[in-house]
Amino acid sequence: MTAATQPLPASAAVPRAHSFGGIVRIYLLEAKYELVKILRLPAFLIPALGFPLMFYALFGLVLPMSKKGYQVSMYMLATYGAFGVIGIALFALGVGVAMERGQGWLAVKRASPMPLSAYFFGKYAMTIALSAVLLTLLVTLGIVFGSVRMPASHWTGLFASLMLGGIPFCAAGLAIAYMVGPNSAPAVVNAVYLPMAFLSGLFIPAEMLPPFLQNVAQFLPPYHLARLALTAVGVEPIEKVWIHIGALITFAVVFTGIAALAYRRDEGKTFG
Amino acid sequence: MSGREVVARLDQVTKRYGDTIALRDLSLDISRGGVLALLGPNGAGKTTSVKLLLGLASPSSGAATLFGGDPKRAANRRRIGAMLQVGKVPETLRVREHIELFRSYYPAPLAFSEVLELGGLEGIEDRKFGDLSGGQRQRVLFALALCGDPELLFLDEPTLGFDVEVRRAFWKQIRGFVARGRTVLLTTHYLEEADALADRVVVINHGSIVADGSPSEIKSKVSGRRIRCVTSLTEANLRALPGVTQASIDSGRAEILATAAESVVREMLARDAELSQLEVTSVGLEDAFIALTAHAEAA
Repeated sequence: MTAATQPLPASAAVPRAHSFGGIVRIYLLEAKYELVKILRLPAFLIPALGFPLMFYALFGLVLPMSKKGYQVSMYMLATYGAFGVIGIALFALGVGVAMERGQGWLAVKRASPMPLSAYFFGKYAMTIALSAVLLTLLVTLGIVFGSVRMPASHWTGLFASLMLGGIPFCAAGLAIAYMVGPNSAPAVVNAVYLPMAFLSGLFIPAEMLPPFLQNVAQFLPPYHLARLALTAVGVEPIEKVWIHIGALITFAVVFTGIAALAYRRDEGKTFG
Repeated sequence: MSGREVVARLDQVTKRYGDTIALRDLSLDISRGGVLALLGPNGAGKTTSVKLLLGLASPSSGAATLFGGDPKRAANRRRIGAMLQVGKVPETLRVREHIELFRSYYPAPLAFSEVLELGGLEGIEDRKFGDLSGGQRQRVLFALALCGDPELLFLDEPTLGFDVEVRRAFWKQIRGFVARGRTVLLTTHYLEEADALADRVVVINHGSIVADGSPSEIKSKVSGRRIRCVTSLTEANLRALPGVTQASIDSGRAEILATAAESVVREMLARDAELSQLEVTSVGLEDAFIALTAHAEAA
């Protein structure tokens, strides 16, 4: 048998490229259905939103430890906000991708002409949107029951820092998803998430940790996210903000690099 | 078969996963039109062949091409559809939503109603994937593969694990698509399925092609009889007889698969006058298929 010389059938005459609008539509639909998918999953939503809200209510509103210089209910909006955003990134995105990859669904999507970047865009957009939902609920609690009052710029800063600052954790989730299988991903995420959150001062303010742990904290991504959010609400000095932003960007680059390496190593091997 | 356009090709492809060789120096041309069935037992290399042609994996050596080009190019992927073996599909999305999303991947998709019809999904389009039966889930995956009105459709073990009725119903769906003049590459380990759907059957085992022909040719190669007896002849003696496709001796009892049982029995009796407990039965298609791959292995 030799290669083609025959004219293509009628179907081959249709335009084979997307219009710009057609491409944008793929990205938007991916994002939309990622969000729809997860909003219909109470088994995920209840813990992902419930734990940060519960911890905040308990430690930020009901049992606030006295602390000079700032309002605990405001301080903990930033730290439990960071806690929740990181959890969403690691579980919704990280474990989610690990599952879809390990169970063959990602291979189905990759065999289609969907741009792979649209898939990742959808995941990131879903994470950021879900983070906004969580933050709205947390802030509502804080305003209603914690009498948190801040200038508008602080509110904006809080949302912006936590939503955008969640991106390095999306990359971390992606790196985990491509490094471990679907069965071990939840265990790995849990093993990383809770100790890091503790060491980074998300449960107990970092200043209250023993000095050697405070030194460790500076090398942990969640520490810098929490500090960034605390800067936004005026607790942390603005001068240091670039350290935290720089650290988060560095972590984002490193995790993306790890994810890309793991993706290449894995490509076409066991999973999609 | 010559003269028809080759839509997909594996050219001297070897694929290794670590120390395991999934495909060894395999060459296969898929011509436009009709159904080609890639038939083989589990682990034969069927899914690997599909993955290479879809660009989901790269060959260790050799080349996999789609429409003469790189399978990873989006322009080539727009011309194909793939129904793969999936452990879990997002269960909270509705059938309609899954289809809408996959249709968006193609510049000129099939109409939504047409996708529903070809998949046999009318009436369940508003159900969530998680609420569907096994057969319905399989039809959704089939429908998603059809969203781009593909010239070439890959079906990787589409009816694996289904009972006969569900399988037959699904064959109807596949025939409906083929009737549109399209090409299908079907992998299966059911000879019956290849026979029911394919124009050409390629049998592979251990990463190599062991037979290639029309379903009736493959069936004639494998259709045969099973001969059982007690004999002093060795396995090598038996295998050397013309018409024997497989022979084994277990504690003095020989079991032979043969295409022409009469002549084999005649030869055996001529060589072993003591032969006893002779029994000749017909073999099922599955047995025959196993015999064919086992035979190629021994050769």
